[in-house]
Amino acid sequence: MEILAVFLPLIGAIVAGFLVFVGTKDDHPPNRIDKAAQWVTSGAMILAAAAAGFVFWDVVPGNNPHTVELFTWIDSGALEVSWAIKLDTLSAVMLFMVTTVSAVIHVYSIGYMHHDHSIPRFMCYLSLFSFFMLMLVSSDNLAQLFFGWEGVGLCSYLLIGFWYDRPAANAAAIKAFLVNRVGDFGFALGIFAVFVLFQSIDYDTIFAAVPGRANVMMTLFGFEFHAITVCAVLLFIGAMGKSAQLGLHTWLPDAMEGPTPVSALIHAATMVTAGVFLVVRMSPLFEYSDTALTLVTVVGASTAIFAATVACVQNDIKRVIAYSTCSQLGYMFFAAGVSAYSAGMFHLITHAFFKALLFLGAGSVIHAMSDEQDMRKMGGIWKKIPVTYALMWIGSLALGGVWPFAGYFSKDSILEAAYAANTLAGGYAFWLGIAAAFLTAFYSWRLLIMTFHGQPRADKKVMAKVHESPKVMILPLMVLAAGAMFMGYVGFNSFVGHGMEAFWGKAILVLPTHPAMEAAHHVPLWVKYLPLGVGIAGITLAYVLYMGLPSVPGMLANRMQGLYRFLLNKWYFDELYDLIFVRPAFYLGRGLWKSGDGALIDGVGPDGIAAAVRYLAKRAAALQSGYLYHYAFAMVGGVVVLVTWYLFGHSG
Amino acid sequence: MTHIPILSLLTFLPLAGALFILSIRGEEGVVARNARHVALWTSMINFALSLYIWINFNPATADYQFVEFAVWMPSLNINYKMGVDGISMLFVMLTTLLTPICVLASWESIQVRVKEFMIAFLVLETFMIGMFCAMDMVVFYIFFEAVLIPMFLIIGVWGGPRRVYASFKFFLYTLLGSVLMLLAIMAMYFDSGSTDILSLTQHRFSVDLQIWLWLAFFASFAVKIPMWPVHTWLPDAHVEAPTAGSVILAAVLLKFGGYGLLRFSLPMFPEASVMFTPLIYTLSVIAVIYTSLVALAQEDMKKLIAYSSVAHMGFVTIGAFTLTVQGIEGSIYQMLAHGVVSAALFLIVGVVYDRIHSRNIADYGGLVHKMPSYALIFMLFMLASVGLPGTAGFVGEFLVLVGVFQVNTWVAALAATGLVLGAAYMLYLYRRVIFGTLTKESLTAIKDMGLREKVVFAPLVILVLWMGIYPAPFLDVMHVSVENMITQIETALQAGQAVSVAGQ
Repeated sequence: MEILAVFLPLIGAIVAGFLVFVGTKDDHPPNRIDKAAQWVTSGAMILAAAAAGFVFWDVVPGNNPHTVELFTWIDSGALEVSWAIKLDTLSAVMLFMVTTVSAVIHVYSIGYMHHDHSIPRFMCYLSLFSFFMLMLVSSDNLAQLFFGWEGVGLCSYLLIGFWYDRPAANAAAIKAFLVNRVGDFGFALGIFAVFVLFQSIDYDTIFAAVPGRANVMMTLFGFEFHAITVCAVLLFIGAMGKSAQLGLHTWLPDAMEGPTPVSALIHAATMVTAGVFLVVRMSPLFEYSDTALTLVTVVGASTAIFAATVACVQNDIKRVIAYSTCSQLGYMFFAAGVSAYSAGMFHLITHAFFKALLFLGAGSVIHAMSDEQDMRKMGGIWKKIPVTYALMWIGSLALGGVWPFAGYFSKDSILEAAYAANTLAGGYAFWLGIAAAFLTAFYSWRLLIMTFHGQPRADKKVMAKVHESPKVMILPLMVLAAGAMFMGYVGFNSFVGHGMEAFWGKAILVLPTHPAMEAAHHVPLWVKYLPLGVGIAGITLAYVLYMGLPSVPGMLANRMQGLYRFLLNKWYFDELYDLIFVRPAFYLGRGLWKSGDGALIDGVGPDGIAAAVRYLAKRAAALQSGYLYHYAFAMVGGVVVLVTWYLFGHSG
Repeated sequence: MTHIPILSLLTFLPLAGALFILSIRGEEGVVARNARHVALWTSMINFALSLYIWINFNPATADYQFVEFAVWMPSLNINYKMGVDGISMLFVMLTTLLTPICVLASWESIQVRVKEFMIAFLVLETFMIGMFCAMDMVVFYIFFEAVLIPMFLIIGVWGGPRRVYASFKFFLYTLLGSVLMLLAIMAMYFDSGSTDILSLTQHRFSVDLQIWLWLAFFASFAVKIPMWPVHTWLPDAHVEAPTAGSVILAAVLLKFGGYGLLRFSLPMFPEASVMFTPLIYTLSVIAVIYTSLVALAQEDMKKLIAYSSVAHMGFVTIGAFTLTVQGIEGSIYQMLAHGVVSAALFLIVGVVYDRIHSRNIADYGGLVHKMPSYALIFMLFMLASVGLPGTAGFVGEFLVLVGVFQVNTWVAALAATGLVLGAAYMLYLYRRVIFGTLTKESLTAIKDMGLREKVVFAPLVILVLWMGIYPAPFLDVMHVSVENMITQIETALQAGQAVSVAGQ
């Protein structure tokens, strides 16, 4: 069953991959081949979701965590790694979430991509992505995790650049891959550090050995560091790249160049949460390093507020949601940072549903507006697409953290845990989290109002064509909406409530010295109600500014040009990186090539020697002038030198 | 174990094939056709024969296997001796696999002097296999040097416009190193009285002598690998060589250096090796970063891949000198993987070169519209080159880095930047060639890969995935030999220390 859940998407992807190369005479998509690809991949994915449901049932309520070993992967000296499927609560939850969301998005894509000319390729990538994601969450060692990790990165690259005719899409795809590689650089070093410390990269072996090595030091770059901190921090750098945390976040907004279902699946629900998953998975390691946990908290909280500020001024509907994702991932991280791993996971799951819903809803809007993404050119369409409108409301309510929607439960438990952690970093996270919650509500309703209300700002031709999306797109949205509405209420007790310990079992470790999750149940009342309060305040402000006084936002932007530009240009991260990394790399490359290889090595080396030999040969040839007296003169000169040398040599 | 002189058969069968081609007479077109077929069949049979040694290879022993011995110069104690162990066996396989692929890849692209080309290639195969099987220094040296001749001709006769410059640069660079190695071999002979590799490995050279010998060997191997800063012959040689020449150069000839380090430098001169490890690390790290940056700036596809080879070989030298199991196995694995991947990448360039006759990146763009199969295969090998897990490229780099991290974290971190830079130049190349709109006039009629071309790539595609997903069959044959080698080196080092302590 677990093998089916993981490998069915791969089979779907391979079949669809073959279909890419099957030609038909029918040029109008969706033709027979396209339909076959859609059926196979969606069918495989739905079956995988069903299988994952069974697995979840077996592992969690059935209390049967186990590992299925497939075969050896790398075996060299002490390093032994196998392909395996590890099933405990953590991976079962992820397995269930990934397959469900992926199946929903496969079906949605049938409608969304029906005009496209490369449907089999698209479906192939989606399924391949799902396979890698499942390998990632079900690995029982860091190497297989890395396999899935890089694999999802590859699919993300392929899907962002899916429309390869567009230069912007190609650039965004490369950027996503490279920024992730920077994170992976840290991740890889983290794996090596773990191996040096534990002589193994299997979870079970590592986790068993952690307490015994809690005080071991490790030499890194000539300095002594606390070994577990080194491992944890390096792994976290990888997590930062994948989950678009502050500093390595620049790729995520650009990733919106990909088709919208991709944004929903990869850049909201699954892949970007892999970093959070990694930290939670490695909780037995992180628990033994307060330094690493503090770092996680601070980075998470800073990202939460940074991304929220930027989201408030963006005009591209997908970019707003992308920054929102970035911000919500920050919440998950700081939850993990205060040892409230279960709250982080809870938010991860609820977020997967409501954020996928928002993205697909935005996709439905874009679809209706003839591929327009700029909110300044929307407005006044809510009556024409009421179902999408309602679904976007549900998604926004969940994101804004309004009771009884999913986000309310998960976000509140995170903020309460941060408060209850009673540490400096916890306080930092709590207050920034509250501020970000306010902004979250504000930008969500800004988006709703700008998109759906007010005067229509699109031209007549577009407005005439505005239509509700077909059933094949709306039904999947309903599934996600159900998740966004009920997931919080349903999951609360198991994930973070009193059933927590029975639910998670041994999948998450929290040391008694980090009691934030326990203490979160006993915070003062104002802490419990503050997130909801600021949420409502944010919604109100959005209504006042964008519905009541629509001239004010523009005036504010004009009045505070500096701040507005700063936010609009995303704190100038891209410009900064371009200046210090990208340009110098090309500049150096060209310089080293022309002057290093060309002038210096070849110039002094082979070419230089060749030139010198030629020069000497020419000079030697010039000596042979053919005139007798030249030769005679040289002979006499030689005799003089010899005789002189002889005489001096013997007299001395 | 066996009475069939399988290694000699493998070595000299291509030579026999070459002689046979030499005897073909007749009309030019017919000769060319026959020469192609003879070369293909000879090399295919040779590959089939080589499977015999893989199947019958016993991975449980570190001893040389399939050993052959014939007295050659008894008065000098120099003998013809062949054998393979876990380190060399897979290189033989790599050679026998790639030769038929090269022959097939030259099927249409070589149109002049076909007969001579095929002869040169088969002779080259003889020398390459002989080099990997040799168990005597003199036999080794002869094959090692002889390889230069057919390669020199392949570049110089069938190469591009600057072929003469490139072939001379190649020849002089490599010869310069080799001369020093010859002197070192003589010195070793006078010191130990033998040229037998096994007994030389047992022989203990004094530390002073080791230093000189190590440097002499290093001069030769560093050029072959090639290490920074003696790498500049490689881009020129690759650019000018015909496709098959580039393939065999990158896939097999570059491995001579790494193989030499593992076979001679490390086990025979352990003290000197340890002493020079910082030098190796420094040069390798420079190679990884420097050549990756240079690759980023290239405008010529072949040059770009040539520079990427230098960067990848940097991992090989780092791994070898870590003296850890992971490092050395990773180093060997990286060489094998690079053999497959770089071969494929040069073939990939060859495919479009045959059509457009340009290697200039700017002349391409948007090929995916006309050549989807090509785009797919290019993508696969680009990812392998980048070291994506699940492809051959990952296992080697990963093991090397695991190895070196245990020894020196600085080197590990600096070498690991290659992960980022490697991705940068390969993705950038791929984007410029494959993606975008197809606007260039010259590309509008370009055809996707034909059946012959797909057949050429098929074994490489299978291999690159196999080596990435289930590397055990390749790693298993190395384990015992590598562990044995490390033990030997460590014993020698300890013995050396004991001697010096006793001396004090």
